[in-house]
Amino acid sequence: MDTAERQHRWGMAIDLDRCTGCQACVVACHAENNLPVSDPKSAAKGRTVHWIRVDRYYDGVFPDVREKHMPVLCQQCDDAPCEPVCPVYATYENEEGLNVQVYNRCVGTRYCANNCPYQVRFFNFFAPEWPEPLALQLNPDVSIRMGGVMEKCTFCIQRIKRTKNDAKDENRAVADGEIQPACAQSCPAEAMVFGDLNDPESKVSRMAGSGRSSRLLEELGTKPKVFYLQRGK
Amino acid sequence: MVAATEVIIPYHEVRDDLWRPLGPASGRYWVALILAFLVSAWGLGCWGYQIYAGIGVAGINRPVSWGFYLVNFVFWIGISHAGTLISAILRLTDAGWRKPVTRVAEAITVFALMIGGMFPLIHLGRVWVFYWLIPYPNSRLLWPNFRSPLVWDLTAIVTYLTGSMIYLYLPLIPDVAQLAQETTGWRKRLYSALAMGWTGSDREWHSLEFAMKLMAGLILAVAVSVHTVVSWDFSMSLAPTWHSTIFGPYFVTGAIFSGIAALLLVMVVVRRALHLEKYLLKKHFNNLGKLLLLLSVAWLYFTAAENLTIWYGNDPKEMQVFGARTRGGYAPFFWFMVFCNFVVPFVLLGIRRLRTINNTAIAAACVLVGMWLERFLIIVPTLATPRLAASWGHYAPTWVEISISCATFSGMIFMYLVFSKLFPIISVWEFEPHPLEDE
Repeated sequence: MDTAERQHRWGMAIDLDRCTGCQACVVACHAENNLPVSDPKSAAKGRTVHWIRVDRYYDGVFPDVREKHMPVLCQQCDDAPCEPVCPVYATYENEEGLNVQVYNRCVGTRYCANNCPYQVRFFNFFAPEWPEPLALQLNPDVSIRMGGVMEKCTFCIQRIKRTKNDAKDENRAVADGEIQPACAQSCPAEAMVFGDLNDPESKVSRMAGSGRSSRLLEELGTKPKVFYLQRGK
Repeated sequence: MVAATEVIIPYHEVRDDLWRPLGPASGRYWVALILAFLVSAWGLGCWGYQIYAGIGVAGINRPVSWGFYLVNFVFWIGISHAGTLISAILRLTDAGWRKPVTRVAEAITVFALMIGGMFPLIHLGRVWVFYWLIPYPNSRLLWPNFRSPLVWDLTAIVTYLTGSMIYLYLPLIPDVAQLAQETTGWRKRLYSALAMGWTGSDREWHSLEFAMKLMAGLILAVAVSVHTVVSWDFSMSLAPTWHSTIFGPYFVTGAIFSGIAALLLVMVVVRRALHLEKYLLKKHFNNLGKLLLLLSVAWLYFTAAENLTIWYGNDPKEMQVFGARTRGGYAPFFWFMVFCNFVVPFVLLGIRRLRTINNTAIAAACVLVGMWLERFLIIVPTLATPRLAASWGHYAPTWVEISISCATFSGMIFMYLVFSKLFPIISVWEFEPHPLEDE
C-alpha cells in the first residue's frame, strides 16, 4: 500500500535540543511494555532489553565537553531492512506503517537484529523473569514474550488500538496528540511528540518538516518514521 | 613431476585390498570409534541442554547475535565442497587418476553437509518450530518468506544434500552388488537392498554411466550456488563489510580451498589406517597439493581484493570493522589466518622438494584452521562493531558452543569410521576393465 493512502501513518519527532537525557522514557517503557529487568551479570554479557535507550555523544575536548543525548527506539522504517530477511514473516509492516513483530511466529534466527542498523531489536536469550514483587505490576495489555523470540518497540500499539477503539465507539476521529506512547507521555521536557504523519496539520508532521529535522542514518535509505530535531552545530 | 602412470594391479588383488577393511575391526578402530562417539554424544547432550535451558547458554548477545554456530555452519558447508565438486570436475574431465579419490571425497561431502546443515537448527531460538521455514500446505495458509536469504539457504542445502547423496550412491551400486554376492547375514541383506537388483547388464551400465555424468554436471552447478547462497546470508544485509558483491565467488573459492584441504587430510589418514599405499599414490597428493596451492593463491587474491577496496574506500563504518580485524582485538587471528592460508601452503606446496605427503597433510591442516578463522573473522567483528558506536560489543563463546563445535569434528570422524566399515572407501568396480571403458 502506498504510504499516502494509509488511514494513519504513525511517526514520532524527538527534539534533541530539549532532551536532558533523564532516561524517564526508558523507565516508562519498561513499565508499560513488560520488559524484563537485567541483573548486572546479564547486562555485562550484553543482554539488556531496552526498547528505547539514550545514546550519549560527546563533543569537544575535556574539560570543555558538551554531552548530547539521543533517545533511540525502533525507527519504524518505511523500507525496513529487518523485514525482508525474516524467513517466516514474523516481522512485517502493518497497514499503519508500524514494523510489527509477531512473537508467536518468530523462530529466532536473529537475522533481523543483524540487519537493523539502529540495533533496536532485542532477543530473549532466556524466558524473561521478574523478581518478586515486580511480576505483580505487569501490564495486562501487553503480552509476555517467550524465550527464543525477538522483540522491539511497538510504538505502544496497545495504546494506539485502545484510543482508536474509543474514538470509534464515540463516532469520531482520533484527535492529534490523543495517543501517547509511554516514552512520550513520561518525557518531562516534552521532547517527544507522537502522531499521524499522514495528517499534514498534526504536530508531529509540522515538527518533521522543521528545518532542524533529520533522520538517523538516513543515508541508508531505510526511510525512518522517527525524526530528530536539533540545531546545527 | 611424477610420471602419470595408471595403477596397474590385477583386479582380484584390488578387490581383496579394498574389501579387507570391511572385515573384523582392530582394537584401534574400536578405541577411535568409541572416543568419537563419546565426544559426539556429549555435543548432542549440550544441544539438548541448550534447548532445555534456552539459547542464552551460548555466548551470543546483542549486538553479536551470530557466533560460533554460524561460523561452524559456513565452515562445514565449505568442507562439503571437497567431494562432490572435486570429484565432479575430475569425472567430467575424465581425469584417469581420479578413481581412488572420488569416493573418499564424496563421502566427506555427505557427512559435512549433514553436520553443517544442523547448525541453522542449532542456532535457532526456538528450534522446535524450525519447520515453519519449510513451505508446506497448512490450514493457516502461512508460507515462509521467499525473500529471505535463510529460505534460499534451506532450499540450497536440502537440494545439495539430496544431490550429493545420490551422487555418492550411484557409483556405489556396482560395488554393493558385488558385495551382496560375497557376504552373508545382515551385510548381505543391506547390500542387496542397496544394490536394488543390479545385475550388471549392458543397459544398466549405460544408465549408470549416463546418470553419473548427469549428476556430475548438475551437482557442479548446485555446489557453486550453495556456497554463493550461504555468502548471501551476509552480503544481502546492510551490515558494514558484509554488504559486498565479492562474497559469492570469495566464499565458493574458500569452500573449495577448505574442501580440498579436508580431502587431503582424510586421504592421508585413510591411506595409513587402511593400508592403501598402493592406491593413494604420491601422484594423487602431488596433484591435489598443486590444486590446493592454486586455491591458496586465489584465496589471497580474493582476500586482498576485499580488504584493499575497504581500506582504500575509507568508509568510516567499514573502517571500524577493518580496523578491529587487522589492527584491533581480532588482529592476531587475522594475521594467523593469513599465515595458515597462504604462507604455510605456499612454502610447503610451492617448493617441489617440500611437497611430500606429510607436508601436504600439514599444509592441509593449517588451511582448515585458517579457513575456520576466516569465517569467524567475517562474522564476528562485523556484528561486534555495528554502525552506531554506542552499541558496540564483544563476543566470547561458552563451553556449550565449544563442546558442540568439537562434537562436529568427532561426528565427522564417527560417520567416516562407520562408513569405512560398511563400504569400500575406494570404488572397486572402476578398476575392473569392462566393455564400456574406452581406455
